[in-house]
Amino acid sequence: MNRLREVLKHGEFAVTAECGPPKGADGEAVIKKAALLRGKVDAVNVTDNQTAIVRMSSLGACTLLKSEGLDPVLQVVVRDRNRIALQSDILGASALGIVNVLCLSGDHQSFGNQPDAVGVFDLDSIQFLQVVKAMRDEGVILGGEPLTKAPDLFIGAAANPFGDPFSFRVVRLAKKIAAGADFVQTQCIYNLERFEQWMDMARDRGLTERVHILGGVTPLKSAGMAKTMKNKVAGMDVPDSLIRRMESVPPKKQGEEGIKICVQTIQRLKEMPGVHGVHIMAIEWEEKVGEIVERAGLMPRPW
Amino acid sequence: MITAEQKPIEEIREMIGPYKRVLVVGCGSCVAECAAGGEKETGMLASALRMAAKMEGREVLIEEITLDRQCVKDFVIQLDEVIDQYDAVLSLGCGAGVQAVAEMYPELPIIPALNTEFLGETRDQGLWVENCVGCGDCMLYFFGGICPLARCSKQLLNGPCGGSMDGRCEINPDLPCAWQLIIDRLERFDALDRLERIYPPKAWSKKQGRGPRKIIREDQQRVEV
Repeated sequence: MNRLREVLKHGEFAVTAECGPPKGADGEAVIKKAALLRGKVDAVNVTDNQTAIVRMSSLGACTLLKSEGLDPVLQVVVRDRNRIALQSDILGASALGIVNVLCLSGDHQSFGNQPDAVGVFDLDSIQFLQVVKAMRDEGVILGGEPLTKAPDLFIGAAANPFGDPFSFRVVRLAKKIAAGADFVQTQCIYNLERFEQWMDMARDRGLTERVHILGGVTPLKSAGMAKTMKNKVAGMDVPDSLIRRMESVPPKKQGEEGIKICVQTIQRLKEMPGVHGVHIMAIEWEEKVGEIVERAGLMPRPW
Repeated sequence: MITAEQKPIEEIREMIGPYKRVLVVGCGSCVAECAAGGEKETGMLASALRMAAKMEGREVLIEEITLDRQCVKDFVIQLDEVIDQYDAVLSLGCGAGVQAVAEMYPELPIIPALNTEFLGETRDQGLWVENCVGCGDCMLYFFGGICPLARCSKQLLNGPCGGSMDGRCEINPDLPCAWQLIIDRLERFDALDRLERIYPPKAWSKKQGRGPRKIIREDQQRVEV
């Protein structure tokens, strides 16, 4: 059963989390993370060589999560695969019982530990969404050749309401929906005012009726992390007031403050029309996800 | 034009090491414009190589010549008169020039002195920027004269990624976000609606995938008399 799709279809507020695969062939590490998340969330995203650092494949880790009874979300970036490999991987994932796929551009290869790699970018994320949708709905690959069996998929996209130019952000969301996104997970929300503005624009265009938007959150571990996010991570908007709030508590209590902020953000998101869920990206802090979900009043999970 | 930069002199010296009589061949076209392989640079490189050989006490003949265009056989043919005197050619042409000379003189080693870089524009004195990938199917109309394939780090055809901030690209703050430029420009022409449609996957077969590309124009071909 595909929990994420069921939860959203039934109008429940969905909860997804993120699981970064290990930098090695360490299946146990994935299984440990699975244990931390089981029963706490509806689905678990597995990142695809995030920040262009070589890790266990998303497909490998998703398969492990699946065998542990979780509903994985296969993140797939167009940075590393051409259209042949992308389509082939989608079929392989589907055959392994993976339903949720998140179609992404991917962090540029220059950021990671393989800066000399070729950036493939044969398709962009929107074209990729279109291709995946046609595989599911029409049972064809790009160019129209039929598949022997169409994959059963729940198709996701990412959106960053905090990137520039702001006015275009909602156009890009509209294009992703037109291309095939069933659900959208956003970049980490720290600036709620800007997020609300973006949601208003999405609602004005009728987009919230056509897609499930899951607001992204990342609990801050420290004031230092907040500053790094603000200054070093592209497309991240961390207001100064939030950094001051983190700094106003002693270092040992900053983690707790970060969790509090995260919980409060989720509570605001729950009240926001058109927001259908939350995506918790607790970076190497998966053990806190259960607590966050609990404190945000999102337990027990419906499925 | 094609841009290039000279290889480090140590690398060049190593490659020409085995040869006693080297003809250094410059090119007066693109690589002259980008100050990498024109007459001036060719003269300077030849002198530097002569000097280095002298310092090492080696007896080597190094002479230079600059062709108007090294990638056009009608110009390369000039070398016919002198080429027999040399046992190697050091070319300051772009990759196309080096190979055109190599094709003309199959018996002679042709050594590249430049690293060919990209198809670009002279933006300012001493500044060359890449702005065309030669995709074989120009889409500049749709994007207000700014090519996202050449100028967006992720070659996106459907709008900026999430890393565009204050008009800058996420991979390098010195790099303008191509999509910000496209949007600003189309806004000026009141043509932002061009970005509402989804541009389909690019036919990269027009750029690669069927071997080196060729343009055949019968109207331009030599008429045999």
